[in-house]
Amino acid sequence: MSELISLTAAELSEKLSSREVSSVEVTQAHLDRIAEVDGDVHAFLHVSATALKVAAEVDGARNLGARLSPLAGVPVAIKDVLCTRDMPSTAGSRILEGWIPPYDATVVQRLRAAKLVPLGKTNMDEFAMGSSTEHSAFGPTRNPWDLERIPGGSGGGSAAAVAAFETPLALGSDTGGSIRQPAAVTGTVGMKPTYGGVSRYGAIALASSLDQVGPVSRTVLDAALLHDVVGGHDPHDSTSLDRDWPCFADAARAGKASGSLTGVRVGVVRELGGEGFQSGVSSRYAEALDLMAAAGADIVEVSAPSFTYAIAAYYLILPAEASSNLAKFDSVRFGLRVNPPGGGTVEDVMAATREAGFGPEVKRRIILGTYALSAGYYDAYYGSAQKVRTLIQRDFDSAFAKADVLVSPAAPTTAFKLGEKLEDPLAMYLNDVATIPANLAGVPGMGLPMGLAPEDGLPTGIQIMAPAFEDARIYTVGATLEALLEESWGRSLLSHSPRFPLDPLPEIGDARTEGTRK
Amino acid sequence: MSTAELMDFDKAIELFEPVLGFEVHVELNTKTKMFSSAPNPAAPGADAGEPNTMVTPVCLGLPGSLPVVNEQAIRFSISLGLALGCDIAPSSRFARKNYFYPDLAKNYQISQYDEPIAHDGAVEVELPNGRTVRVEIERAHMEEDAGKLTHVGGATGRIQGADYSLVDYNRAGVPLVEIVTKMISGAEHDAPELAKAYVSTIRDIVVALGISEARMERGNLRCDANVSLSPRGSGKLGTRTETKNVNSLRSVERAIRFEIQRQAAILAAGGTIIQETRHWHEDSGTTSAGRPKSDADDYRYFPEPDLLPVEPSAALIEELRSALPEPPAERRRRLKDAWGFTDLEFQDVVNSGLLVEVESTVAAGASPAQARKWWTGEIARIANQDSVDPSSLVSPSDVAALVSLVESGELTDRLARQVLEGVIAGEGSPADVVEKRGLKVVSDDGALIAAIDEALAAQPDILEKIRDGKVQAAGAVIGAVMKAMHGQADAARVRELVLERATGSAAER
Amino acid sequence: MSATNPSPLDAAQVAHLANLARIALTPEEIEKLTGELGVIIESIAKVSEVATPDVPATSHPIRLANVFRADVPGETLTVEQALSGAPERDGDRFKVSAILGEEQ
Ligand SMILES: [Mg+2]
Ligand SMILES: [Zn+2]
Repeated sequence: MSELISLTAAELSEKLSSREVSSVEVTQAHLDRIAEVDGDVHAFLHVSATALKVAAEVDGARNLGARLSPLAGVPVAIKDVLCTRDMPSTAGSRILEGWIPPYDATVVQRLRAAKLVPLGKTNMDEFAMGSSTEHSAFGPTRNPWDLERIPGGSGGGSAAAVAAFETPLALGSDTGGSIRQPAAVTGTVGMKPTYGGVSRYGAIALASSLDQVGPVSRTVLDAALLHDVVGGHDPHDSTSLDRDWPCFADAARAGKASGSLTGVRVGVVRELGGEGFQSGVSSRYAEALDLMAAAGADIVEVSAPSFTYAIAAYYLILPAEASSNLAKFDSVRFGLRVNPPGGGTVEDVMAATREAGFGPEVKRRIILGTYALSAGYYDAYYGSAQKVRTLIQRDFDSAFAKADVLVSPAAPTTAFKLGEKLEDPLAMYLNDVATIPANLAGVPGMGLPMGLAPEDGLPTGIQIMAPAFEDARIYTVGATLEALLEESWGRSLLSHSPRFPLDPLPEIGDARTEGTRK
Repeated sequence: MSTAELMDFDKAIELFEPVLGFEVHVELNTKTKMFSSAPNPAAPGADAGEPNTMVTPVCLGLPGSLPVVNEQAIRFSISLGLALGCDIAPSSRFARKNYFYPDLAKNYQISQYDEPIAHDGAVEVELPNGRTVRVEIERAHMEEDAGKLTHVGGATGRIQGADYSLVDYNRAGVPLVEIVTKMISGAEHDAPELAKAYVSTIRDIVVALGISEARMERGNLRCDANVSLSPRGSGKLGTRTETKNVNSLRSVERAIRFEIQRQAAILAAGGTIIQETRHWHEDSGTTSAGRPKSDADDYRYFPEPDLLPVEPSAALIEELRSALPEPPAERRRRLKDAWGFTDLEFQDVVNSGLLVEVESTVAAGASPAQARKWWTGEIARIANQDSVDPSSLVSPSDVAALVSLVESGELTDRLARQVLEGVIAGEGSPADVVEKRGLKVVSDDGALIAAIDEALAAQPDILEKIRDGKVQAAGAVIGAVMKAMHGQADAARVRELVLERATGSAAER
Repeated sequence: MSATNPSPLDAAQVAHLANLARIALTPEEIEKLTGELGVIIESIAKVSEVATPDVPATSHPIRLANVFRADVPGETLTVEQALSGAPERDGDRFKVSAILGEEQ
């Protein structure tokens, strides 16, 4: 039964609909896996107490002959940035510890309506600020490939849960790479949809103009299946796109079946590579490009000079929006309240609460954003950053005139050691160098595995980007590339994982040895 | 502040030129809030509601919640902008105004900043003395209201000295339009009257548009009044103060007068005016210092990333323009003709800020003369005595009902005044008060005759006098009967009956 | 940033910003943040190099306008739901400590 956890969501979907297995069996297998490994991985902040009950309901409905959606009965993990009315929703912050929202995020409603089985809430950097999940107020998540290493961030919990076979599917959120960069360093697939493609209603906001919710999985097809469930117009989110989207699962299946990239112009972004990228990342990236060329793709080099300003613009826009979005955490309506010694006015209580409830990275960005918006600084900082955003969009426009998709490594390095960059914010910020431009321009991007770095045996990821609204193109090209890569490896990347599939995790000694292979 | 520190008003105007400015907040009466589908407590017929019963995650600023703009609020705002003679921006935007305050759920207010929906208009304001002043409008922008704080403990129920405060977010997110004037100079002696007339004009406009309940006592319309004094001949602008939330027409007038007198006294004594917000105290008719403007007023405005630009089509603007009610001056002309009032009578209504009330009362079925009589007479008298606006006391439909009871003879004028008292005291509609207080005119002749006989018995010589042709002697009997009937008799009928009795008695003999 | 202006902000500014942001930072935090933010700001200030006056600002990644909601009442929270997360309540209202400042 426990081999159930090694199956993809698409495979589970088939077995469930043919009633070869029940959702209760599938859910139990994953709960067992969580019980077995999550003490070490710490991907989950909360495990649902009602998952088996939900699974039993799905089974019951199926036995009565109900027409169910493809993913009905398939377990899913939910990043803790999303509001769930039956589970605490903390965004990884002490200030929201234990808070149970009185409403569900739209994407969560859609999971429930499609009868997926929520397994629990996954760990994340506090308010999604970080690239390592070390900024979680509830302790870091560890990379299943090497427990001494970071799983990426901010969605390290979702990526690690998927990589450790604790769940076949998870939801993440991506403001500057928080879905794609963890995917890269854990050997999983993560998609940041076109801005507005998936509702943000009920996603605890970091930077409103950058945030997007998206799927995390082990295969491109699985990501597409989950995207099909959660995506589409939501009248509760003004920035949600009111348009007809194609079926992403069909797009992925078509890509997988074709095996060819003939006629596809693949743009290699000159600015997203080279200096600052780990050698094993660069070499795997070069091989992936060769593989695509061999499959018929036209590899063209494109230049996006404004991308060199992307991190700077991002670290003005994000903190500015975040400083305002996080003002609501004031101890009045929800969350933590800390009374200063001797009482004090409401102003004192708010300040004491925010001092105690926010971690250092959150405070750093709130102060930075407050500065960027202050009278006298707005034009030089926030205003200028918004102009850089225009330039980056123009660069994307001209690049997409020459290429159907753009590619780059999804992260500049493989997973680094816990604590390695914690005291150096600027170094930490560089982890998102390749992923940030897509958020600034609103275009979709996917991270997917492109092999293990020779020097450390750890996963590397490639990023595929497409013009706004062309998410389906990414699923098609991504599924083709995934098939080509797996063919070259002889199996999926995660089957190379030292943890695959049921190797008991407690053998940390092995992980350490492997981790020091470089 | 004692009046001793005020300068005589005429003297103040002699030395200084007053410069005014107004920010009027209008609560729109849409069915739902500005950014949430929660019911709007400022909607027609709605009330403030039990605490925290008219809220959604958006009103509470719950994590993850997002605003969505109410289309009707946009239409109302455009209509108001047009009625104020403004240009409607082809593209306007919402912005966040960031500051921490417990009644502000998100700790930012969604407002408009550098791109308001309407800008550069003007309204003609008629003063009691017949002068017309053109008040230029700088902008009218959309924003959301805050929740309601109740301060508990301390002696006054005011914020100072309170032990703690309670927050109700029902009002949070009510759609507002803030109308900001340009600096108004040249008002001179008329400054206080202009202030009142300006707010009254805005009120007339929003009522005519049907976009706000416009009840100042309920906070549907709120005025912040800016005053500065410029020394005559100096050519220099003075430092201004902003007196907040002056919530009745008469208070607007009084607050401006007070600030002019206060600032003049300080300046004449060589002092300086501090740029600050000031609070209006209705009871004492004074203002007191509030929060000084400081660098804490760094609101860090930036475009609201959760909302998109508002870009009304030319067709929509023209549609709303063609549906505008007539301009206030035309409307006044029309009403004056329709009602047949003299200049004096009509000015009396306008200057009392009762045009809307009289119009609504006439619309509810009363004659214009009766509507005017009640509003500018008894109701205004009580309002003046209680230091409130007449419109806050009673609704036009109740006044119309009262008039109709008088006209049908069911109430005398005197009884009607008692009924009005009951309505104001919250005892219900005029019919309810008549019922509860038993105030009907006694129309049963039997009861009246019994009372007359009793009165005649006490003054036996009166019948003789009447028979002798001294009809005026009946007055004493009528008075006694009215007293016995607690005023609930029709004096004319009593007189008829007394005279009948006198002649009838004669025939008996 | 030029050499004559080594740090773009000082501790007093950070303290002021913390006050604006309602965070009761300790003196140690202020000192640490002053250094860290100085480095960060120096590296992000380069946005002004390319942000010339002819470049329009972009506030939303996907250009949309006129997204509205019909004026139709929807579901509200119950009082219990509304107050379910309240750190402190008094009856059906949220309770806060005495307020020093005045409304804006
Ligand atoms: Mg104002
Ligand atoms: Zn305002």
